Amino acid sequence: MMNKKQIFITSAFTENSIWKQILGICSALAVTNLMENSLIMGLGVIFTITLSNFTISILRNFIPKNIRMIVQTLIIASYVIIVDIFLRAYMPEISTALGPYVGLIITNCIIMGRLEAFAGKNKPADAIVDGIGSGVGYTLVLLIISFVRELFGFGTIFGVTILGEWWTPWSIMVMPPSAFFMLAILIWIVTTPKKAKKGD
Amino acid sequence: MEISPLIIFLAAIFTSNILLTNFLGMCSYLSVSRQIESSFGLGLAVFFVLTLTTAINYVVYHYLLIPFDLVYLRYIIFIVVIAAFVQLTEMVIERISPVLYYTLGIFLPLITVNCAILGVSLFMVIRDYNFLQSVLFGAGSGLGWLLAILALAGIRERIRYKFVPVGLQGAGMSLIVTGIMALAFIGFSGIVVIQ
Repeated sequence: MMNKKQIFITSAFTENSIWKQILGICSALAVTNLMENSLIMGLGVIFTITLSNFTISILRNFIPKNIRMIVQTLIIASYVIIVDIFLRAYMPEISTALGPYVGLIITNCIIMGRLEAFAGKNKPADAIVDGIGSGVGYTLVLLIISFVRELFGFGTIFGVTILGEWWTPWSIMVMPPSAFFMLAILIWIVTTPKKAKKGD
Repeated sequence: MEISPLIIFLAAIFTSNILLTNFLGMCSYLSVSRQIESSFGLGLAVFFVLTLTTAINYVVYHYLLIPFDLVYLRYIIFIVVIAAFVQLTEMVIERISPVLYYTLGIFLPLITVNCAILGVSLFMVIRDYNFLQSVLFGAGSGLGWLLAILALAGIRERIRYKFVPVGLQGAGMSLIVTGIMALAFIGFSGIVVIQ
């Protein structure tokens, strides 16, 4: 049996949903042109995944097997509505910028995947740790990608100008193709040493 | 300003392709695109479901959620409509045409969690389209998705026997190919513009 710290490290880094399992990349690509958007999106996902993991874990012995998918979806959707209403009330600008991607947390495969793979079989306390871990791992990837895209695309970090007047912004970095390239490069960097060690 | 539905249709295929510019439906796009045949099956299923669920969600949103002031429930309602519709289609197709069921049917369960379907319904609400615009937006997005996955599947069939760096094998290479495709699609962007 793993302790809490091991669970956290496993779900945040070694089994990171994005670079290990290539899950939930829709939103990872869409919101990463600005670091602020990425951070808010990441927090939204951490909130949703932790609470739905907890809820499913409590109910895990009461949900009939054949309707569990729809139950999971409805639980996720309820938490996403909370996130959406909160953002619209307190951060209307970011809510507009994120657009439909807040709602699309519902179909983010990471959350469904964690509920199916972890929360359905483990105790509530472990499920919370796993949820936070997966969420943090996801946010980390978002921040890495958006750091590069915002720095080169706008010359800023979190809206603060870093590269001065002399810098010509690479407009390609804020356009969609660079999101694909950045994620590919990140996956490349992360998986190369691992595969090299295995010797294939 | 009222945009012509036909323009929305064309824009959804080329200039604001649901996959290449809005990144929706990536999961199944990456995992199913190994062969052209299965990609075509999945693409058709997405096109079909996307067109009809957008129409249903339009009706539900404007004639049920708005009059009863339940707009905040739209995420739940949309996802339930999509899940129910997919289930229904699967049963109907299985009954009517076994041949079609074998080409389309196996992909239908995958579609419920395809974020393109929910995404298009949400875009429809945010951009405030009317009924005809919504249906053509749905159909165009579906066709655009079909186009993108067919292109990727074609390229992946060619790439299979080529040298690819170890770390890039699989998803990494598909992402790079998709990025180049997205670059190519930017070339269309002078034709029509929607926002």
